[in-house]
Amino acid sequence: MQALTNKAQAVNRKPMTFWERLYLINIIKGMMITFSHMFKKQPTIRYPEEKREFSPVFRGLHVLNRDEEGRERCTACGLCAVACPAEAITMEAAERVEGEENLYREEKYAAKYEINMLRCIFCGLCEDACPKDAIYLSETFAPANFTRKGFIYGKPDLLIPNPKTEAGAFAEAKGVEA
Amino acid sequence: MTILALDWALVIEKLIMIAIIVFASLGIALYTTFAERKVAAILQDRPGPSRAGPFGLLQPLADGLKLIMKEEIIPNAANKWLFILGPGLAMTASLMTCAVIPWGSAIDIFGRHVELQIADVNIGILYVFAVVSMGVYGIMIGGWASNNKFSLMSALRAASQAISYELAMGLALIALLMTTGSLSLKTIVEQQVQGSWWNIVYQPLGFLIFFITAMAECNRTPFDLPEAENELNFGYHQEYSSMKLGFYLFAEYINMIMSSAIMASMYFGGYDLPFFNEASVAPNIAAMIGVGTLLIKIVLFIFLFMWIRWTIPRFRYDQLMGLGWKTLIPLALFNMLLTGAVILAKL
Repeated sequence: MQALTNKAQAVNRKPMTFWERLYLINIIKGMMITFSHMFKKQPTIRYPEEKREFSPVFRGLHVLNRDEEGRERCTACGLCAVACPAEAITMEAAERVEGEENLYREEKYAAKYEINMLRCIFCGLCEDACPKDAIYLSETFAPANFTRKGFIYGKPDLLIPNPKTEAGAFAEAKGVEA
Repeated sequence: MTILALDWALVIEKLIMIAIIVFASLGIALYTTFAERKVAAILQDRPGPSRAGPFGLLQPLADGLKLIMKEEIIPNAANKWLFILGPGLAMTASLMTCAVIPWGSAIDIFGRHVELQIADVNIGILYVFAVVSMGVYGIMIGGWASNNKFSLMSALRAASQAISYELAMGLALIALLMTTGSLSLKTIVEQQVQGSWWNIVYQPLGFLIFFITAMAECNRTPFDLPEAENELNFGYHQEYSSMKLGFYLFAEYINMIMSSAIMASMYFGGYDLPFFNEASVAPNIAAMIGVGTLLIKIVLFIFLFMWIRWTIPRFRYDQLMGLGWKTLIPLALFNMLLTGAVILAKL
């Protein structure tokens, strides 16, 4: 029969020699291998003290962005919800009234903006769909929760801190631009 | 008033010694479980238990506390008396072995000459054999009383394994006893202290056989068929919980310590520190150095046990029996004949 790949190897059917049948030497060889592993570097990351670094293109929890003056960028156009393959995003739009110019950048804004983190597949299509650079995925992931309700993230969970009032927190939440 | 004729100081001395040795072996067994996990981890490139205390040193205490706090469950179908007797017997048998092990030469304390051995009986090694055979009853009774087919099967395996390997162990020992001419462990050790060589030099094959059979007697991998997690769930202690399970697990580790101590005493000079003249320091200090030496030898043997455990896979049952009956026993007989021939030639 012709072999499909060149990976096949003939089985060695030679009878074992006396020393091989004695087994002792092979045991000692094996023990030397395990002994050498005592001095190998452990790949373990001791989690709470040490954390694995995420790559800069990691797609984690969503962040609703603000502009430089601390105004929300989102205009509730709904393109992210349309783009979302998991249908995790829902929103309700509202019209900006007089005196809210320092809160919202455009005349229309998202009064309610919810992402169900149990549905979300962290594909990042919402990020791509957004014309206003209002949503992007950060470098953290959703922490555990006791109820399903806890995984529906509203605006207070998603909004980035105000760069005017909390510049440090803003920079931390913003992370490294990929 | 005949009772007062007893040497009460001797009784108290022995009682204190028994207490020290029993608690020390329990403590060492506690930390052997920790060492086992740590050695396993390091051999597999893992850090091992490291959360409880510095370097995880409090881990055995946490484990012990957990075992004690767990609910005691006795299955309805189990034979209650035997179910409780099993772990007790296993523990007693493994602790009784330490009675004849010479832990050191002798110290002078409060004007008394104290031998660092609980009982220097002239049939020491025979006593060890008798007690070790008792250990099988603990496993057998536990497996039988659980009324569980896996436990029973595992108990049967343990019993047949112990019986097959005890034979080879005894035969390997006979060759050693032919050279020493004494059954007393103290005498055997003293001969090695005074003589220029340890017994391992005269009995390398005997030691190999003894070591393999000792591993089988302790139910250690590669001879851990009675436990065989993947075929018998958990073996003879499957139905056990809480401290009764703890006793079984501890008994295994104490067995390991005791067989290490016996191997060190019989083949590796016991408390004899090589290239060291005991007469050059005070007798008490020399005795303490001897105790330390024996402990180091025990620790090295325990490490060897663990090292082997985490290297070699388990034997198949027929391989186990084949090795015991078809290889070790003929080899031990051959070793015995050879030793006898050499002794005859020397006469």
